[in-house]
Amino acid sequence: MKKFIVEDLSVRYSDDNESLRGINLEIEANAITVLFGPAGGGKSTFLRVLNRLNDLADVKEMKGKVFFDGVNILDSQTDVIDLRRKIGMVFSRPVPLPLSIYENVAYGLRMAGEHSKAKLDAAVKNALRQSVLWDEVYDRLNDSGYAISGGQQQRLCLARVLALEPEVIMLDEPTSALDPVATSKIESLLTELKEKYTIILAPHNVQQSARMADYAAFFLMGELVEYSNGKEMFLTPKDKRTQDYVMGRFG
Amino acid sequence: MTDNMMEKKTFSSARVTQGFGFMLLRLITLLTVIPILGLVGYIIAKGAPAINWQFLTTMPTDGMRAGGIMPAIVGTLYLTLGTAIFSVPLGIAAGIYISEYAADNNATRLIRIAIINLAGIPSVVYGLFGLGLFVLFLKFGTSILAASLTLSIMTLPVIISTTEEALRGVPNSFRVVSTSLGASRWQTIWRITLPQGMPGIITGIILGLERAAGETAPILFTGASFFLPQLPKSPLDATMALPYHIYVISTQVPGMPIQIQYGTVLVLLIFVLGMDLTATIIRSRARARRQW
Repeated sequence: MKKFIVEDLSVRYSDDNESLRGINLEIEANAITVLFGPAGGGKSTFLRVLNRLNDLADVKEMKGKVFFDGVNILDSQTDVIDLRRKIGMVFSRPVPLPLSIYENVAYGLRMAGEHSKAKLDAAVKNALRQSVLWDEVYDRLNDSGYAISGGQQQRLCLARVLALEPEVIMLDEPTSALDPVATSKIESLLTELKEKYTIILAPHNVQQSARMADYAAFFLMGELVEYSNGKEMFLTPKDKRTQDYVMGRFG
Repeated sequence: MTDNMMEKKTFSSARVTQGFGFMLLRLITLLTVIPILGLVGYIIAKGAPAINWQFLTTMPTDGMRAGGIMPAIVGTLYLTLGTAIFSVPLGIAAGIYISEYAADNNATRLIRIAIINLAGIPSVVYGLFGLGLFVLFLKFGTSILAASLTLSIMTLPVIISTTEEALRGVPNSFRVVSTSLGASRWQTIWRITLPQGMPGIITGIILGLERAAGETAPILFTGASFFLPQLPKSPLDATMALPYHIYVISTQVPGMPIQIQYGTVLVLLIFVLGMDLTATIIRSRARARRQW
């Protein structure tokens, strides 16, 4: 099943930095789709179009269509707040909100109007279990989100997203600030989560891309160069530029 | 060899120059502290003997040449409170709007420049403006209400710009994260941005009110009284106030005992420096507690 169908998407910022040109891409549900390529290629922009987070940025021009479950979300009628609850996002640097661990996880639900303490408690516990953080923080839920290690913070950020029970989880270089142990924890977590969620991952290196990809899309300077399933992409890439990048000849 | 020696020589002479320069800067910095310490020390030495419970809690007697300064203290409290009631909500609201909602365009830049310039207008001009608008046109008379409104206009730019600055100091990543979790813009402000900026905002409020409490010119035509036999009963009554009282007893009353003058100045100074100290404590505590 296709979760997203992107048609002819072009984005340009006012400062003419990282832009996207004519992207056509379909994203499968319940699989990990990897977006990879050198920095500045448009991966982050692409992710921020999907949950309309780009509304906060200085976008000069945006064209094309993005269908999410068949509905064009670039339409001005879109309820962006509801959209963002369905499409969670984890950022490259763990940024806990300046609240307690508990409140970080409960934040999205509270904003959605959930007041029941019992429901929030259950959701927080469940989300922290899912992100394999519960055992490490259950006795200090009222400590600051900044009182835990970087790897734990990133799993907290993931828990925060999971608490909203989204349909899609997008991760923009989620392990770039983490050590190898914390990285492998996040990776194995994502492999489990794809049973339930559609995952879009923009890794910060080719190795992680190759490890994680069910499907892969190679972005280069604002263009989608190649899209295929993960095995093909990293074993037998078709485009010369993809071959060069995967082989480590540039990037 | 000669080259090497030359280099060494220039090097060491540069060091001497630098050392001398730093010493000079340090000296100048120390010099700025002297007037403050001197002034405060002098006022304390001269004014402290006048201050006692009776001085703070009784009405002036004998044409203000004896008795206490209670109505001036109470009046200044009223004016400060009145100013806070008007300027704090308005100032914070405007600061939030400029920092969080206003588009980054020429209109916003114009507003910002206007606010900065408002802060530079001489206080007597505010006084005359208040006289024209609040006392005469809106017919509030010379009253606590008119004086508070006048002081509010003077205080607003300080509160607006410190609120704006405090909110801008909150990392943008918090706004992005909060938005990505489905929070509306207002929810993000209410839950994250405003609480994080609050210490800075409170500091700005206190500094603005402190200036209002110490001003004479804006209340001169709008609400301050030479002498009143009783305390004001409503916001539409005029009031005595510390800064104006100091002016009156220093220049308008012949045969004024000197220690009452210094005592009154000391009370105002304690009032204002106390607010300053509170702002400093709030700021440093918040800084110590901040996690990001």
